[in-house]
Amino acid sequence: MNSIPAPTIEYGTLAPLLVVFGAAIIGVLVEAFAPRYLRKAIHVPLTLLSLAGAFALVLVQVLRGQVSTTASAVGALAVDGPSLFIWGVILVLSFVCVLLINDEGHFVASAAAVPGSADEEEAESAGGGHTEVYPLVLFAVGGMLLFPASHDLLMMFVALEVMSLPLYLLCGLARRRRLLSQEASMKYFLLGAFSSAFFLYGTAMIYGYAGTVSLPGINQALARGAALDPLLMIGLAMLGVGLMFKIGAAPFQAWKPDVYQGAPTPITALMASGTLVAAVGAVLRVFWVGLGNLDWNWRPVIWGVAALTMIVGSILAITQTDIKRMLAYSSIAHAGFLLVGVMATFGTAEQNASSLKAILFYLAVYGITTVGAFAVVTLVRDPGGEAGHLSRWAGLGKRAPMLAGVFAFFLLAFAGIPLTSGFFGKYAVFAAALDSGTQPGDSMGGWMAALVVVGVVASAIAAFFYVRVIVLMFFSEPSADGPAIAVPSMGTVTVIAVSLLVTVGVGLYPESVLGVADDAARSLFIR
Amino acid sequence: MSPWLPILMAVPVVGAIVVALLPKGSDKLAKQVTLLVSLLVLVLTGVMAAGFKPSGERFQFVAEYDWIPSFGVKFGVGVDGVALVLIALSAVLVPIVVLASWHDADGVKTADGTLITPKRSVKTYFSLLLVLETMMIGVFAATDIFLFYVFFEAMLIPMYFMIGSYGGAQRSYAAVKFLLYSLFGGLLMLVAVIGLYVVAGSKTFMFPELVGAIQDPTMQKWLFGGFFIAFAIKAPLWPVHTWLPDAAAQAPAGAAVLLVGVLDKVGTFGMLRFCLELFPDAAKTFTVPIVVLAVISIIYGAIVAIGQTDMKRLIAYTSISHFGFIVMGVFAMSSVAQSGAALYMVNHGFATGALFLAAGFLIARRGSPFIGDYGGVQKVAPVLAGFFLVAGLAGLSLPGLSSFVSEFMVMIGTYSSQAHGSGALTAAAIVSAVAVILAAVYILWMVQRTLNGPTAEPVKPFKDLNAREVWVLAPLVALIIGFGFFPKPLLDVINPSVQQTLTNVGVPTSTIAEKGTGQ
Repeated sequence: MNSIPAPTIEYGTLAPLLVVFGAAIIGVLVEAFAPRYLRKAIHVPLTLLSLAGAFALVLVQVLRGQVSTTASAVGALAVDGPSLFIWGVILVLSFVCVLLINDEGHFVASAAAVPGSADEEEAESAGGGHTEVYPLVLFAVGGMLLFPASHDLLMMFVALEVMSLPLYLLCGLARRRRLLSQEASMKYFLLGAFSSAFFLYGTAMIYGYAGTVSLPGINQALARGAALDPLLMIGLAMLGVGLMFKIGAAPFQAWKPDVYQGAPTPITALMASGTLVAAVGAVLRVFWVGLGNLDWNWRPVIWGVAALTMIVGSILAITQTDIKRMLAYSSIAHAGFLLVGVMATFGTAEQNASSLKAILFYLAVYGITTVGAFAVVTLVRDPGGEAGHLSRWAGLGKRAPMLAGVFAFFLLAFAGIPLTSGFFGKYAVFAAALDSGTQPGDSMGGWMAALVVVGVVASAIAAFFYVRVIVLMFFSEPSADGPAIAVPSMGTVTVIAVSLLVTVGVGLYPESVLGVADDAARSLFIR
Repeated sequence: MSPWLPILMAVPVVGAIVVALLPKGSDKLAKQVTLLVSLLVLVLTGVMAAGFKPSGERFQFVAEYDWIPSFGVKFGVGVDGVALVLIALSAVLVPIVVLASWHDADGVKTADGTLITPKRSVKTYFSLLLVLETMMIGVFAATDIFLFYVFFEAMLIPMYFMIGSYGGAQRSYAAVKFLLYSLFGGLLMLVAVIGLYVVAGSKTFMFPELVGAIQDPTMQKWLFGGFFIAFAIKAPLWPVHTWLPDAAAQAPAGAAVLLVGVLDKVGTFGMLRFCLELFPDAAKTFTVPIVVLAVISIIYGAIVAIGQTDMKRLIAYTSISHFGFIVMGVFAMSSVAQSGAALYMVNHGFATGALFLAAGFLIARRGSPFIGDYGGVQKVAPVLAGFFLVAGLAGLSLPGLSSFVSEFMVMIGTYSSQAHGSGALTAAAIVSAVAVILAAVYILWMVQRTLNGPTAEPVKPFKDLNAREVWVLAPLVALIIGFGFFPKPLLDVINPSVQQTLTNVGVPTSTIAEKGTGQ
């Protein structure tokens, strides 16, 4: 009678995950066995098809109405409506990021060669390249899918590592400015390792308090147990640090500008969109599901973090002179706006669903605009690589009016100007936050309104630096030796076109995405 | 459901797309298409306006479509009298501006061939202009407050590019200042818009359904503040006016006309419709401080205008003074003053438009906006000088010209207002009368220094107005004189909707005076 019962695995529900991980493992085998000249030809279709296939499997589940209402894989995963929406968004974003990755010239020929050495030159002239970026990306994407769908803290930790480790590596693979890239990789790895340790330590503390790592289990323990137990408080703080690090909320934002600047731009795009989406999903799950009964306790803390993040992100962005660093600070500010939405919790499920809808919508539209913006960044080049310094962008509107126009539109979307998708995202989270503050008996009350005012002030500050880039591009005269505009590949054109279409389309008719987000959010998280 | 307003809004934007898609090198065609489209809009507006029944429903030509059901947002449009005359104002000004800006993007040269502004994309300029026209119509037509907000913010972008790409030397500074000021105000208004929706709890943004929805006095004050600050920046009211002189001075003359003539009116229009009707108690509470700000604007704008050396800046400061009058009229809470304020919005558009354009023609000839660089224009270009003089006189509200009627109504209405704080209102009216004298100083002194006296050497080669330029100024001057003697058609349309506003605010409207209907 000592036999271990076989766990039930819902293969159908988990199929998108399995496809991505399966393809990643096949990718590793390809690296091991396929000849060098064939590898890219195998990787590209494999990666794209697996991502598309996983997306199709997500769609099938949604369209058939088979969204599961119970936890899968013996309570380790929750593939509920919000998870499926986030999966869909991540898969679309990573698909377009892979199109960017395909472009020549982003990745180093031989990462192990010392920058500027003869080895490097040799590898470059031999046309070498790191084709393992494809399986690495697939593993990272798999981790991103797993992260927001984890139903217990251990699973979430595993997902965090699966997502982060490939990204640490990918950050160090930039072809140009390799020292900057390696520095970024190192910083990201060290700080990321710290934050993972915090997360794990917090998990242990909470296990000590609740006797379980399962999120609903923790919530039930909270309903019964003492709310001011030191174990719980320490655990909550540690867990929070780990999660806030991943979304880049202040005061844990310091890695973002360095890493975003140093990493190869397609990888930056993946991190700025996919990782952020996944991390916000995980934040929601931990705070809403796991700590739902403690919201009067964490909401004031998140209030401070959100306000600080918005202000720090938008003020420090003003002083930036590098386009990727500026976008990194912009991403920090947006993380703050998303946290405003995370705070919009209510007493009733219906109202919670409406704030969840707002956050999901924000994630989808922000992610796609971000990828588009980084795709444009890859095209503006100097002899030494991308023209990162803002002064190099002066007069771009005259040299390449189409490209500059598209980029200006993306910036206006980030700034949240009406008739772009970004406006409705911002509106949705602010509306949810104000709504929750006006509910009778809400623990934050007027503080929510104050937070929204902080949010709009931060938006106004942020608008300044977005507009500054537009001024540079359109109202300044181009310099004689301005950057070259690379002829975009089909892949890059597709990425920019898709991003633009979504940003414009959702800006004019947001109901298209809102409706989907509404369906996804209505079921709320599995508890 | 009436298709009029959606069609009016669709025509310019379709025109803008057509203009933008024209092949390279078809600059002339782009201008012609833009002119045709804007004239078509003018004709359509005229036909629509003819069908407006002043005694009928408040909102006419109503159309409602679901836009974002998840947020309770509708694409709801409809016009009352005030909105109608402001849409008509926009429709009249746009073709005039198109004609006036005919060569603005070609690279402006002075008589001796020095380039003031370099050649820029003509197609972009004119398609921005048409996009702006759609938004100007939309912002006045919106009956859904969310839709109003969307246009309120979105219309900044085309104007931003028109100033920033086509303006004078300091254009990028001016454009950014304009955008950031307006955006900041707009974002505060966004908070108030959300607050209105959440607190009212009626799951709609439709203005008629939200009138009277907010009863809590504290909440009214907060929300009123959000709306009012946005509108005060837009209007602009002292002390948040500093962006206007920069923006108006740097913008090309045509864009400056639309900026001051129409875009800024959104501020005063918003105060009249939204601040008063949605938050009547707060509006009454704040009447006195706001009227004090308005009086400061009136006097301050006039005094600072006297000291200006740059013509466009001078006109911008006179506008700040005029906007002070409009705001004072709006908050005087009497039907005469409010009708006067609404009429002032239209008349100011014509008068200041004519003044900006005439000044623009002077500047295009001399290449300098500075008054000191001119002198004796009257001798070399009498027609231009004549138009400039008439426009200037309209700016100082000479009796017989349209702005006199509205300024008089505002002052009389404020003086005799029975509303809360009537003593302060009477005092305000008396103090503001000083501006009438100051107005004579700033206009006549500018006119004297530019038109009269010995002809300055660089002014001698001036050519007089060509046919296009006459076509720009003649209609405006005709309107200024026409409505100066016979403002009744405008007042007939404005009065009922002003009465409706006052009823919603809770001010008795038994004494609707028919003042100012003739000299």
